Amino acid sequence: MERKLVDAKNTFCPGPLMELIGQMKLASVGDELEVLSTDKGSASDIPEWINKVGHELLDSFEEDGVLHLVVKKTK
Amino acid sequence: MRILIVGGGMGGTILANNLARRLSGELKAGKASITMLSASDQHMYQPGLLYIAVGKMFPDELYRDQVCLLESSIRFQVDPVTKFDLANNNVTTESGKRHDYDIIVVATGSRAHAEGTPGLAEHALQFYTEADALNMYQRLQEFEGGKVVVAVGVPHKCPMAPLEITFMLIDYFKARGIWDKVQLHYTYPIGRVHSLEPVANWAVPEFERLGVTYETLFNMKEVTADTIISEEGGEESYDLLVTIPSHKGMEVIEENELGPGGFIPTNRTRLNIEGYENAFVIGDTTNLPISKAGSTAHFEAEALAENIASTIKIGGPVRDYDGKVFCFIEAGEGRATYAMFNYQNPPDPKPPTKGMHWFKTVYNKMYWASARGLL
Repeated sequence: MERKLVDAKNTFCPGPLMELIGQMKLASVGDELEVLSTDKGSASDIPEWINKVGHELLDSFEEDGVLHLVVKKTK
Repeated sequence: MRILIVGGGMGGTILANNLARRLSGELKAGKASITMLSASDQHMYQPGLLYIAVGKMFPDELYRDQVCLLESSIRFQVDPVTKFDLANNNVTTESGKRHDYDIIVVATGSRAHAEGTPGLAEHALQFYTEADALNMYQRLQEFEGGKVVVAVGVPHKCPMAPLEITFMLIDYFKARGIWDKVQLHYTYPIGRVHSLEPVANWAVPEFERLGVTYETLFNMKEVTADTIISEEGGEESYDLLVTIPSHKGMEVIEENELGPGGFIPTNRTRLNIEGYENAFVIGDTTNLPISKAGSTAHFEAEALAENIASTIKIGGPVRDYDGKVFCFIEAGEGRATYAMFNYQNPPDPKPPTKGMHWFKTVYNKMYWASARGLL
């Protein structure tokens, strides 16, 4: 198990959720991915996708204007 | 100073030509050299594949001899790299030749990876190679009506392709007089119909006006002969499945363990490979969280050429790559618009116009001047 950083700060296309989806494909079950986003929409759209697919949102917090979402790949 | 460019696509070609002009004095004096290693003697205009798929361009319009696009001072060899030894500043090629360098730029691009989704290669249409685009056109010609589903993999080259192929399919079906027999269903991986919110906000009313149904949070998991299933539990039957497959970097990048998925960890502004000061990446080969598009490669190549030239002339880089991307958006009905943005400024696309469509049509012909570094 490893934690991988997905730095999607200050990007508009493809954007933080698409970056996470792409990185999730390269990860192994049990890996954790920490997404960094400055897109306010990430606070809702990333958890929505995580919930719908069935991965696990471990943590979510904001630090210095950057949203951090920690996700565990479960399948 | 030996500069080695690996890859002869848009990014590598623009970079090589830009550098050759900036360093013409050093090249003539024998103080610098530029070598390009490529897998092909042909250069393809990849955005043209979209038009091939709907019968709007022909394959011979997509190719030029690579050597004809390059400044004569550039040493061009068709001999793809098989081994990178970044720690010792050399690469080995397919022919077994070793090339030592002082500066290396990797611009090997990306490829559609249909095999990453079970059943997709067997059952879906795609247009990321000449053969696939021609096959899609032939299958469209045989199609007499039914349900067409558009599905999108992540990551993918050309962020506008999903919307563009959708609007171009509508034009195609209208021109054949069968649009009233077609149900077109568009799917997209995230919670809106395009990654750029302003583009999504423009596209939804267009879909509603044209009668296109759509579904978001739909990531391809598996394809059968008549159904596509999503990671999110969605399921859509289809008569024709048009896909933008997920992409990977080139095999040689994965084989040399330069980056997961074939995408190399890259500094956002200086474009160097993380951990190396004399090795750089441009275009689709980077792992940067920005669009995989020709314009990205173009603007990265310009910034990097300036920095490599300045490093040789004055000892260091002079500018940062600012994340600039410019994408045309074919909007159907003879109209187009565009999205331009960078790391700091979001896009603000304008309503599509016929003028912008003609500009894009002209650009399809002017691309060769762009590759030569003249535009």
